[in-house]
Amino acid sequence: MKNPQLNKNGELQHLLTTEGLPVKIMRDILDRAATFLDAADGHEIKKVPLLQGKSVFNVFFENSTRTRTTFEIAAKRLSADVVNLNIGSSSTSKGETLLDTVGNLCAMHADMFVVRHAQSGAAHFIARHVAPDVHVINAGDGRHAHPTQALLDMFTIRHYKKEFHNLRVAIVGDMLHSRVARSQIHALTTLGVPEVRVIAPKTLLPAMVENLGVRVYHDMTQGLHDVDVVLMLRLQSERMQGAALPSAQEYFKYYGLTEEKLARARPDAIVMHPGPMNRGIEIDSSVADGPRSVIMSQVTFGIAVRMAVMSMLAGNK
Amino acid sequence: MNIHIKNGRLIDPKNKIDAQQDLFIAAGKIVAVGSAPSGFVADKIIDAGGLIVAPGLVDLAARLREPGYEYKATLESEIDAAMAGGVTSLACPPDTDPPLDEPGLVEMLKHRARNLSQAHVYPVGALTTALKGQELTEMAELADAGCVAFSQADAPLTDTRVLLRAMQYAATFGFSVWLRPQDSFLARDGVAHDGEVATRCGLPAIPVCAETIALSTMLALAQETGAKLHVCRLSSAAGVDMIRAAKQQGLGVTCDVSMNHVHLSEMDIGFFNPNCHLMPPLRSLRDRAALRAGLLDGTINAICSNHAPMDEDAKQLPFAEAEAGATGLELLLPLVLKWAREENIPLVGALAKVTLQPAQMLGLDAGHLSVGAAADVCVFDPETYWKVEPGALKSQGKNTPFNGLEVQGRVRYTLVEGQVVYHPAA
Repeated sequence: MKNPQLNKNGELQHLLTTEGLPVKIMRDILDRAATFLDAADGHEIKKVPLLQGKSVFNVFFENSTRTRTTFEIAAKRLSADVVNLNIGSSSTSKGETLLDTVGNLCAMHADMFVVRHAQSGAAHFIARHVAPDVHVINAGDGRHAHPTQALLDMFTIRHYKKEFHNLRVAIVGDMLHSRVARSQIHALTTLGVPEVRVIAPKTLLPAMVENLGVRVYHDMTQGLHDVDVVLMLRLQSERMQGAALPSAQEYFKYYGLTEEKLARARPDAIVMHPGPMNRGIEIDSSVADGPRSVIMSQVTFGIAVRMAVMSMLAGNK
Repeated sequence: MNIHIKNGRLIDPKNKIDAQQDLFIAAGKIVAVGSAPSGFVADKIIDAGGLIVAPGLVDLAARLREPGYEYKATLESEIDAAMAGGVTSLACPPDTDPPLDEPGLVEMLKHRARNLSQAHVYPVGALTTALKGQELTEMAELADAGCVAFSQADAPLTDTRVLLRAMQYAATFGFSVWLRPQDSFLARDGVAHDGEVATRCGLPAIPVCAETIALSTMLALAQETGAKLHVCRLSSAAGVDMIRAAKQQGLGVTCDVSMNHVHLSEMDIGFFNPNCHLMPPLRSLRDRAALRAGLLDGTINAICSNHAPMDEDAKQLPFAEAEAGATGLELLLPLVLKWAREENIPLVGALAKVTLQPAQMLGLDAGHLSVGAAADVCVFDPETYWKVEPGALKSQGKNTPFNGLEVQGRVRYTLVEGQVVYHPAA
């Protein structure tokens, strides 16, 4: 089966998932992202003309302010023309199919689509149906993948930990419904992290999750023991309705990240979260705002990583 | 018309024949096997040299989409597909719009099918009104109109008291109840097997226990009511084990599997191939192996196409939103031959799964080539390779997960009641 995100030269044509993404391309994205950050303080991002004359369409079938905004900023720093389309469910309720929407957008001569959709596999579907010179970036499809989030997480880990091959990383929370967790796991294992742990109650873990190359823990204090990186996942409030969990309070007690539980991790462990956070549900404010939290750095790095992905795609024909 | 099919390799599972023998047909019936009856003068001679002469195939699940879904397929298009596939008898599930829950609808369907005078169409009646799982249909009236069994198709029947009553009522008249085992709560929103692939792809999943829980309910009710239960579209190893155990305990249950599940697994979903969105979901390689073992040891009685032709739009969607199902009438024979080759099964046994056995499930005297039987015959070339190209299928539905596959086995003649209804040029 042909890898749908690579072109015939093995270069990145679309960014759809971190699964099966060659490690060289992954490292190239991280290296390129670093060049967009000011060398002096490591956080400032300069404007560059790499995407001048190109148009980037943010096509969001599912609402998102944060992710869409960071893509918009990234595209603008690359000097691209940016069009934001919040399609939500409106066009499908008017009877237009996803295929028609994609066809219409192609006719508007987009160079790049950034797509978010509630269905797993939607980005693959769109990539299959766009004109051959259009690039698709998956900004989240159902429970499947959110590759730019995972790549910015990898960038953040590398920024603070320098290497991947000596790390122990724990992912905590709703793995079952999380596209972020899936993309993180594939990225971490691809980059050579020797131990990836997943910590969650059984109701929030998908079947045979160990086959993704992770160790499963149900007890958070055991799972956090000696880890270098803690990746928290967002808990959607609707999980309480679906009988996955009894209450937010009980979840916080057993799976919320507190100072006390974090004490089990290595002293120099860092804490990350893809946002938006539910304080007091999956993470305590004192941890979120504490010295080991690098959550704000993730946001800044996210812009650089998205610039790296967009500029790399624009250079591949 | 008198027809003499000569020089063919005749395979007839019922009479355990696999030998070069001629077949003689007169007045729509088989009049002799081997040597011509005295005074037989052929009006037409079919030279079947190098070909296999078998009973016409009997398919337990072919959706013809009428009434109500003519935009997906029509009786004409799908019967054409059946003819091209060598299928001479087919049972159509009641999941039409409206569902087959009234005698008038069944009579109309039978009438339309009869006018085409090609394949025999056997409607399966709805077990409950509008397939809603609440009220019983007039099963006896429906049977008089032509229904051969009663089923919920893929619609849930969650109320176990209604299911008990439905099976009791069916048992009163000796009707067969065909049920696909799937607990609707456990299957809610699910689109793929709860395993490795659904986990990787982030697809809402259906666990194996959705099948086994429903199966244990229906087996218990069959035991309780004495109803003739036919289990449709088994998908899991655990399900095969349960049927095997039930049969060993003497319960008269039968079951089938779709040809898709004999050949494919969750792995075939690949990068969200919507043509692999099927119901029940494609399960693991281990499940597929168990289904094949179940076919071999007789636990699974029949293979069906589970034919579900669709319009193109129904599959041009992300995986979960794409409608579940695949077209299949034209692939049933080549896929059974492929399975037989892969498992090294004699053709006489393999073909029984799509001829004699399903005919028994339908309560028909069909699926064999005995003297006196209706001359429903499939003459095919077992060697010729051909590539599955959706555009070349007769079925109006082009949705198949076997797109691009090279298969062996091509139908040369299809005869229904002694009439040649299909014979492609060269």
